[in-house]
Amino acid sequence: MMLQPFRPSLISIAAVLWPALVLGSSDADSVDFSRDIEPLLEDNCIQCHRERKHKAGLRLDSKSAAMAGSYFGTEPVILPGDASNSVLFQRIASNDEDERMPPRGAPLEASEIELIRRWIDEGAEWPDEEVETDFELHWAYESLQPTELPQPRNSEWARNEIDIFVLDRLQREGLEPSPEADRSTLLRRLSLDLTGLPPTPDELEAFLGNDSDTAYEEQVDRLFASPHYGERQARGWLDLARYADTNGYEKDSIRTMWRYRDWVIRAFNSDMSFDRFTIEQLAGDLLPEPTLEQRIATGFHRNTMINAEGGVDPEEYRVAAVVDRVNTTAMVWLGTTLACAQCHTHKYDPFSQREYFRLFAYFNSSADIGPSDEPKIDAPTPEEALEEERAVAELAILDERLSTWTPALAGELALFEEEQAQAGKSWSTLRPKTFSGDEGTTLAMLEDGSLLAVGKELARDTYDLLFDLPEVEVQRLRVDVLTHEALPNGGPGRADHNNFVLSEIEVIATERSSGEEHTIRPAGASADFFQEGSPTWPAESSIDGDPSTGWAIAGGTDHPHQLVLDLAEPLDGKRHSHLRLRLAQHYGSMHVIGRLRISFSQEAGSGATLVRPDIEELLTEAGDRTPEDQARLEAWFLSAAPSLAEARERKRALGDRHRPPTSLVMQELETPRTTHVLERGSFLAPGEEVTPGVPAVLTPLHEGARTDRLGLARWLVSPENPLTARVTVNRFWQQVFGRGLVPTPEDFGSQGQAPTHPELLDWLALELQRDGWSIKSTLKRFVLSSTYRQESTASPELRQRDPQNILLARGARYRVEAEMVRDIALVASGLLSETIGGPSVFPPQPPGIWNSTYSADRWNTAGGPDRFRRGLYTFWRRTAPYPTFMAFDATSRELACARRPGSNTPLQALALLNDPAFIELAIGLAGRLLREGGDQDRARVELGFELCTGRLPDAREVAMLLELLASERDHYLNSIDSARTLVSSEVDLGTNELDPIELAAWTVLANVLLNLDETITRG
Amino acid sequence: MDPNRLRSTTRRWFLKDCSVGLGALALGQLLARDGLGQGTSAQTARLPHFTPKAKRVIYLHMAGSPSQLDLFDYKPKLEELDGQPIPASFIENERFAFIKGTPTVLPSPYGFARHGESGAELSELLPHTAGIADKLTIVRSMHTDQFNHAPAQIFLNTGSPMIGRPSFGSWLSYGLGSDNENLPSFVVMISGSYLPSGGSSCWGSGFLPTIHQGVQFRSKGDPVLFLSNPEGMDRASRRRSLDTLSELNRKRLEESGDDEVATRIAQYELSYKMQTSVPELSDLSTESQATLDLYGVTPGQASYASNALMARRLVERGVRFVQLYHWGWDSHGTNPGDDIITSLPQRCQETDRATAALITDLEQRGLLEDTIVVWGGEFGRTPMNEKRNGSKFFGRDHHPHAFTMWMAGGGFQPGLTHGATDELGYFITEDPVSVHDLHATLLNQLGFDHERLTYPHQGRDFRLTDVEGNVLHDLLT
Repeated sequence: MMLQPFRPSLISIAAVLWPALVLGSSDADSVDFSRDIEPLLEDNCIQCHRERKHKAGLRLDSKSAAMAGSYFGTEPVILPGDASNSVLFQRIASNDEDERMPPRGAPLEASEIELIRRWIDEGAEWPDEEVETDFELHWAYESLQPTELPQPRNSEWARNEIDIFVLDRLQREGLEPSPEADRSTLLRRLSLDLTGLPPTPDELEAFLGNDSDTAYEEQVDRLFASPHYGERQARGWLDLARYADTNGYEKDSIRTMWRYRDWVIRAFNSDMSFDRFTIEQLAGDLLPEPTLEQRIATGFHRNTMINAEGGVDPEEYRVAAVVDRVNTTAMVWLGTTLACAQCHTHKYDPFSQREYFRLFAYFNSSADIGPSDEPKIDAPTPEEALEEERAVAELAILDERLSTWTPALAGELALFEEEQAQAGKSWSTLRPKTFSGDEGTTLAMLEDGSLLAVGKELARDTYDLLFDLPEVEVQRLRVDVLTHEALPNGGPGRADHNNFVLSEIEVIATERSSGEEHTIRPAGASADFFQEGSPTWPAESSIDGDPSTGWAIAGGTDHPHQLVLDLAEPLDGKRHSHLRLRLAQHYGSMHVIGRLRISFSQEAGSGATLVRPDIEELLTEAGDRTPEDQARLEAWFLSAAPSLAEARERKRALGDRHRPPTSLVMQELETPRTTHVLERGSFLAPGEEVTPGVPAVLTPLHEGARTDRLGLARWLVSPENPLTARVTVNRFWQQVFGRGLVPTPEDFGSQGQAPTHPELLDWLALELQRDGWSIKSTLKRFVLSSTYRQESTASPELRQRDPQNILLARGARYRVEAEMVRDIALVASGLLSETIGGPSVFPPQPPGIWNSTYSADRWNTAGGPDRFRRGLYTFWRRTAPYPTFMAFDATSRELACARRPGSNTPLQALALLNDPAFIELAIGLAGRLLREGGDQDRARVELGFELCTGRLPDAREVAMLLELLASERDHYLNSIDSARTLVSSEVDLGTNELDPIELAAWTVLANVLLNLDETITRG
Repeated sequence: MDPNRLRSTTRRWFLKDCSVGLGALALGQLLARDGLGQGTSAQTARLPHFTPKAKRVIYLHMAGSPSQLDLFDYKPKLEELDGQPIPASFIENERFAFIKGTPTVLPSPYGFARHGESGAELSELLPHTAGIADKLTIVRSMHTDQFNHAPAQIFLNTGSPMIGRPSFGSWLSYGLGSDNENLPSFVVMISGSYLPSGGSSCWGSGFLPTIHQGVQFRSKGDPVLFLSNPEGMDRASRRRSLDTLSELNRKRLEESGDDEVATRIAQYELSYKMQTSVPELSDLSTESQATLDLYGVTPGQASYASNALMARRLVERGVRFVQLYHWGWDSHGTNPGDDIITSLPQRCQETDRATAALITDLEQRGLLEDTIVVWGGEFGRTPMNEKRNGSKFFGRDHHPHAFTMWMAGGGFQPGLTHGATDELGYFITEDPVSVHDLHATLLNQLGFDHERLTYPHQGRDFRLTDVEGNVLHDLLT
């Protein structure tokens, strides 16, 4: 079989980018201007030698100007075919620091200078820039072509095609692959890559004990079948989807979006084909009769931020969201950075500003426009949907029952009337002698002895009423709050909302003999109605001495109400001359009573039900009722009958039931918006009108393709589009091998880096399409390869030769990502809650992180199992993300992110050593070792080491840890209080029974184990 | 040049030449990233473009935006027009955050006087600032194009109102690295009740490697998150456990040959050093009583004054960019808590003495010469009374067209008042200074050509000043 060379020039591009790899290699391919020379000029020269700047009159940013030479074209600097006499070459190659270009900073690398020399010597080929449509097609836009496999020597090492490509390249570089990693390393690597969780000791034992040829593949299949697989894959996708639990920007309010997150997890678990995965997220709502899940999937593009700040122009931020959708779509599926084309035609890649706005047009007709988070839909889980259905059915039955008048109720009402007839007659109205508001409310007395608030409207006031006491015994006092047409909205409250808060009632009696006033504490207060909710506002609050509580009536402001005070000792009209009532209403914003009436009773409470004054009137009035009054009474009794109390309570409970979550979705406007090119990207400067369409350099749309998001989504995953498959397979490669075949997964354009193994990339992309876009098949191909299974340790020579492991002569090794740092510790401690999905959770974080200017949202740390959920589920607030995740390079999720950096900082050390969330897990791990590790220190140390690193420690490692254990035991023996402090915890970690000294010593050791490089490294 | 290759070279150098300790190695280098990241040790290879006048910046951001008309920009004409509707020509096509209808003119209730030899005109609310008037370069002609807090703050910090660009301090950290191996090169401190509206995006590193982002020193608890050992673990225990950790990691280093392990070992050692260097830094009890009095600091009490003193201690120790935010200048006049009668004087009282003390203290220690101090809000305030929902309290709405900032030290012309506004203080009439101009000028003093301090991202070279900005030589000595 002939080896068919695949764009051989790419090999030399790799050579340019990684000169260390090929110094001394004798690749004699000719130099290519756009790939080899232009980047050098751009990086080193054109800052000073370009239009508008042209130092020494030289421009190197255009062919004609550069060839014409310096001093505005009078002195040539490039003599094609003669580098040594070309000033350009002389100046960059000069040893004289005053001569050498560039004038500041490091000189060009020898290999770079050599490239310039060769380029000039070979004729200084510089393609004409004017012929834009006719330029050499950038590799990433070329269609996928079937590649014939190379034929490396000694190919028995290869298990699949990946290995053939890798081995071939290695041999051309004069390298050999590394041996296979040991089996415990392999299992940990597999487990972390596929599920994000380290293997348990049992899993490890089972694998090490299985010698069959299929043992490895069995593990692979087991891990693919784990429900944690979807969690692992979702983690990376959520960075691309910029998934978060808040809206972003200044207010950063909370949104409910976790159903989208769970959709992603489920999609990966069920191995939804990537084309369907794409279509449902970009345009699920436009599919015929979309399912709930397909609509939830469109949350992908509702993860954009929403600005709810006062005074902003909603259109500005609507445009910003659409721009984000265009840029994110381009990055995630096309590996293309379009952001610059928003304001001007792309400088480096073949995208015009007009083409940018044709893509923009696809997303421009969605219904969302801030500051609200509409459109959103009810998004119950299947279980919740069922529950909801039951609740709705039960409510219908209850409503029926609570609105149907029955003979039984009529009988019950008759008895009730008898009881009320007795109770209601005992009240006599007290007319105050003086009455006023302390703060200045004017009270006017009406004919019936009630008082109406008129005049100055105050936020709060205390009404002071003085009565002459009749010479009788007063057992009870009653405050009626009444409606009146003179009140702004009819009362009983004075404000428009008709509510009030009666904060405190003070009852003061005057001694006839001395004239002294003294306060009488009522024994109890009750009312026919009070405001429920959180907090509640019951009658008792008006006599509890706490000015911040009180009696209020929201929910019942359509009617008058009564409040009754039972006096502990009766007021004696013979002993007391006057009664003073002070009704304090401190709440503010005019929560004050609009009309009230005071009455008294000489009888102690009979226990009869208190009734609204207007109904009470009906009940106690003599004579026949009008039919209207009878109907009113019956309607009221339906809401008050004791026999229906249970049904009412049930209805209330159902009304308070857990509501299914909502989710933000994409939805098209009925009339699409017209789209204009926005000049300089500004929403205030609309220009030419454009229709939806895709950039000319890419695969054309099918004829008759839809002009909406669905049309775009189908085009993205059409087999003719080479980018989606290349970009997708590359991202998964990056996830497993630590670095993409294209190291810039967000940019496959000319400013990104070229692929290191172009033939392999295209072969994998084609396989992805042939497999029906199955991600599990793609990942399985990766992890079954010999390339994947190599050990990650390497000789110093190999490291020096290929520090970045570009050639794949060894396994990948990298610090795990932020969420996994936490997950590994959770698993090791045995505290992990394996629940999948659901609302985001609040593990411990330091106080003060959530101080924001405008929000009352609080981080309520979970006390139960939700404290120990995988990192993926931690609540993601864009303006204040979980600090330990941020220390480990997580993003704020404001914008899509295709790769996180892998920093290595002292702040990470501090977090992992001291974050109480990690200390808690160290205590948990210590407790687990004491409980499950047998009686011997050595066995416990071994278990702990294995739980953290997935392998047993060797003798030296055990010795180091035992030494630490001994010193800490000594230390805590002498400071038992410190031991107790160290191992105390807000929640039960299953360590309460353990000796604090032992537990503290083991906690220090567990803290070390969780901080090991090996623990947080996937090797 | 491939940054990854440079990184590995630096890493090798670090391993070879730094075995004795961290030495003069900049923190930035220590924080070098592994394979997934962009190369970052490039910043240590970058020297300034030319000899700098200043080596560091203390930026005093008055979040919420103080009223220039009540502090720096005296307008007697407002008194004449007191309570009259603002002429329609001023507010045609204007969009306000809160003002509705035709607002009325609001004069300043405060007296102004000239101070120092320079005769700088300042309000009676800033008596201490008046005492250092001759040190200041007052720019009365700042303007911005954002009129809401978050975007305006982000614009002032990053040169763009949209989230995602590196902040000034990040650019400086990227450009110069740090002078202190035990501290970050960019430190942020907050006083007042709240974070600035722009949140941590104000000191984010955008597309620059995250090691360049501002590290927020907290005013309560650990100045750096998780700096303290867990309760019940003392420093000796921590040392012993770090020794064991280090030994185990060294064994791993030998076996794997992975340089990343070596870096990790060094980072754990640095974290141990920070456990003492940072508390030492924030222990103000070593300052003399005279200094504490100068600033008005009560040790142990979180305040703008103690942050100002901390700022001096930080720059003394080689930190490049210290930014203080003091919240509460948003004087809308909806209640006494945000008006110009009660609230504005309180803010001045909280900051005036310490701000002046900082300048005096820096000068006494010879630091003012090469330290730039910047003072200002994110925009200005209207010459009109906001009167939101008929409020009876006096206040002013957001105003992007003109506001005042001042600079001191670092080669700025002392005793200069630059620029002017119209008789109402509404529009600039002389020498407008844009945010980009300010950035270009600051970078210039720090030794950078603002057009050449760039970073490649998403297909183009980005810079702090985007495609604008002029160095304002008029402001400089």
